[in-house]
Amino acid sequence: MSSTAIEIEEKEDLWGGGVSPMNVSYGKLMMWFFLLSDAFTFSALLITYGLIRFSHPAFDGAIDDFVFSQEYWPVPEVVFEAVPFLHGVHLPLIFVGFMTFVLILSSVTMVLAVEAGERMDRKGVEKWMLWTLLGGIAFLSCQAWEWSHFITGTDMGSKLLDGSIFHGANLTMNEYGPPNFAALFFFITGFHGFHVFSGVMLNFMVFFQAVTGKLERTGHYEMIEKVGLYWHFVDLVWVFVFTFFYLV
Amino acid sequence: MSITDIQVTDELVHGDDHHEEHHEQSFIFKYIFSTDHKTIAKQFLITGIFWAILGGGLSVIFRLQLGFPDMDMGFLQPFLGDWISNSGKLDPEFYLAMITMHGTIMVFFVLTAGLSGTFSNYLIPLQLGARDMASGFMNLLSYWFFFLSSVIMFISMFLSTGPASGGWTIYPPLSALPQAMSGSGMGMTLWLVSMVFFIASTLLGGINYITTVINLRTEGMTFRRMPLTIWAFFITAVLGLLSFPVLVACVLLLVFDRSFGTSFYLSEIFIGGEALPNLGGSPILFQHLFWFLGHPEVYIVILPALGITSEVISTNSRKPIFGYTAMIGSILAIAFLSFIVWAHHMFITGMNPFLGSIFMFLTLIIAIPSAVKAFNYITTLWKGNLVFTPAMLFSIGLVSFFISGGLTGLFLGNAAIDINLHDTYFVVAHFHLVMGSAAFFGLLAGVYHWFPKMFGRMMDEKLGYIHFWLTFVGVYLVFFPLHYIGIAGFPRRYYSFTNFDAFSSFVDLNSFVTVAAIITFGAQFIFLFNFFYNIFKGKKAPLNPWNSNTLEWTTPRIPEHGNWPGEIPKVYRWPYDYSKPGAKDDFIPQTVPYHQTKESNTDFENEESKKEQPAT
Repeated sequence: MSSTAIEIEEKEDLWGGGVSPMNVSYGKLMMWFFLLSDAFTFSALLITYGLIRFSHPAFDGAIDDFVFSQEYWPVPEVVFEAVPFLHGVHLPLIFVGFMTFVLILSSVTMVLAVEAGERMDRKGVEKWMLWTLLGGIAFLSCQAWEWSHFITGTDMGSKLLDGSIFHGANLTMNEYGPPNFAALFFFITGFHGFHVFSGVMLNFMVFFQAVTGKLERTGHYEMIEKVGLYWHFVDLVWVFVFTFFYLV
Repeated sequence: MSITDIQVTDELVHGDDHHEEHHEQSFIFKYIFSTDHKTIAKQFLITGIFWAILGGGLSVIFRLQLGFPDMDMGFLQPFLGDWISNSGKLDPEFYLAMITMHGTIMVFFVLTAGLSGTFSNYLIPLQLGARDMASGFMNLLSYWFFFLSSVIMFISMFLSTGPASGGWTIYPPLSALPQAMSGSGMGMTLWLVSMVFFIASTLLGGINYITTVINLRTEGMTFRRMPLTIWAFFITAVLGLLSFPVLVACVLLLVFDRSFGTSFYLSEIFIGGEALPNLGGSPILFQHLFWFLGHPEVYIVILPALGITSEVISTNSRKPIFGYTAMIGSILAIAFLSFIVWAHHMFITGMNPFLGSIFMFLTLIIAIPSAVKAFNYITTLWKGNLVFTPAMLFSIGLVSFFISGGLTGLFLGNAAIDINLHDTYFVVAHFHLVMGSAAFFGLLAGVYHWFPKMFGRMMDEKLGYIHFWLTFVGVYLVFFPLHYIGIAGFPRRYYSFTNFDAFSSFVDLNSFVTVAAIITFGAQFIFLFNFFYNIFKGKKAPLNPWNSNTLEWTTPRIPEHGNWPGEIPKVYRWPYDYSKPGAKDDFIPQTVPYHQTKESNTDFENEESKKEQPAT
């Protein structure tokens, strides 16, 4: 009974000033608000994607009959079907699925790094941060391959509106469908890729600080947690980007 | 585990040990790259004043063109060079550039950065009882990003092709195609670059304000005891945090359309008889993204001004603010509604009329919280012991503009009437009163009210009165006639209206408006003199010149970095105990505990006083 009373009292004081009500440091709070703000940027971009996409006609035939054309929005399974070293094999979404898996796995290792940090286990933090770092770099490398494949295009190419044959894609033309399909792909996955790149930089920074013992000397591994928040966010955004570009 | 927790929380509990480290800083770190919120606030203020003079000056020049179309402007050639033709005529493209720059400067650089940047920075730590912002370094970055963005925008005004000229809303395709007008070339590029830095500055500042309000309130400063200024700054920061990132997306897509050949906003365009290859984009998409920022932006501009007004009116009426909770509620309601009304800027873009009626409905709901605020100001003034300081006069002026400009909002929010009034001078008159002049008066009220704290000296009251009356009357003389011109159908942003017979009867009215604008602009130099002279020569300010309750008046005359020399004061009551029945004085500062004011306590407060620890 008495313990309940104390709890209520503490609850009242929580927002009474003089303490941090959510019991988090200002840095972590700031990271949360930054992520909230960044979420709105990505939402705006994905809504843009939706609006432009649905102002174009969809392909309504059977998937086996699909050919690239400027007349309708392409079907993602046909566009994204390549895997390195397996030229000409139709493997829809296998490679991007692998990329996604790597990125999510790097989130898991990030969780383990944060958990090791809470135990003040320096060796654990170093180990799991290294894996996270590798995951991020692997994702970026995969994306680089995916982009270069997208830019190079297929052997066949396809006919543009003016009748010429075009291979691959750039910001103004592409063989896969309406020009804005490629423009949006480059813009949004590029914007996300830039976030991943910044995340890798941040990860490297805290990894470096952990290895040199700087974090241990500060007495806590909160930096790992803050960078971790960013990393999970970037992951979560990818899930949406993936859904919009590759699944629907 | 537990060790970590304790150490983390240790860091959270205020930097109380801060005040011991009193080292003299060099000039550069004290005044230029300072992390002290007070210095950063002053930097924002001075930069804002610079931009306000420039933005106001531009408006005087284009008012000359509108009021006296036959005038020989040759005397401006030394300043504007080739933008004045040899026959003394203003270049039409430069006219468009000037209105664009006037809008951009006033909305973003003066009334967002100059207002929020100054007073959020200055007052949040002082009124909450914090040593500084949560992160001084990010605050420093916030100012210098703003400075960088200012420099870029300023440089763009000296390009031979002129600065951005497509209006402050930079609608594509006009802004997206360099062939469309000379201002859409390099000028537009610099506008976009400048804006990206500006947004970065706003985000850094906003994150800091929010975090400081949540984490660094002094003991006893509950949300229900926060001055309304802080509530307004807090919600403003939230609005900025959620709306500016959408502008990032919007602006970046435009950058790609302009510079890298994409067609996000472009489709099927002929320009100069030549067909462009762009296909599949939509300029309406830009408007949706832009106004998702643009509408909250007008509340980012007006809410801090309303917060300052609440504080000034209550203090100088010697009465508690009427309806404190309702005031907070109306701020929250306005903030929420501001995100779901953006399409009322787009009624005539070919939007589905049914959708238009929904946006109209949501828009008109804003009248309710706005009216709550207006009525609460009036009822606070009602039977108060009014003290007419210059700040008080400017606050009352704000209420006046907010009402008279707000009423025309009811017309414009109506989707059917907007067909007639859209993009006419009626709109110009509306927003210049309700958001432009009102927010500007809030800014001035804030400067007059907190000048003694900022610089430790007093401003001259007499000059303040002259400044107020000239400006107040001037603003009405400028913007009231514009309603008539607008109802007659004259469109905004036109270089010359004498080309149309229908408007020739408005020549006199336009000349009148121009003369009023020049006088109003001239009156601001009284303020500038008053401001800069008294920074150095003003009478030394007493500690609490307005007999105010809030915490900033418990600091020394010129607070050092860290604000309070000793311990941070504790807060025991709300900030509006003015003229409390039974009390000795007509104000009881927030730092006075209930058990010291037995004579004026209510029953509830007597109960509260038993819980208070005796003051040490």
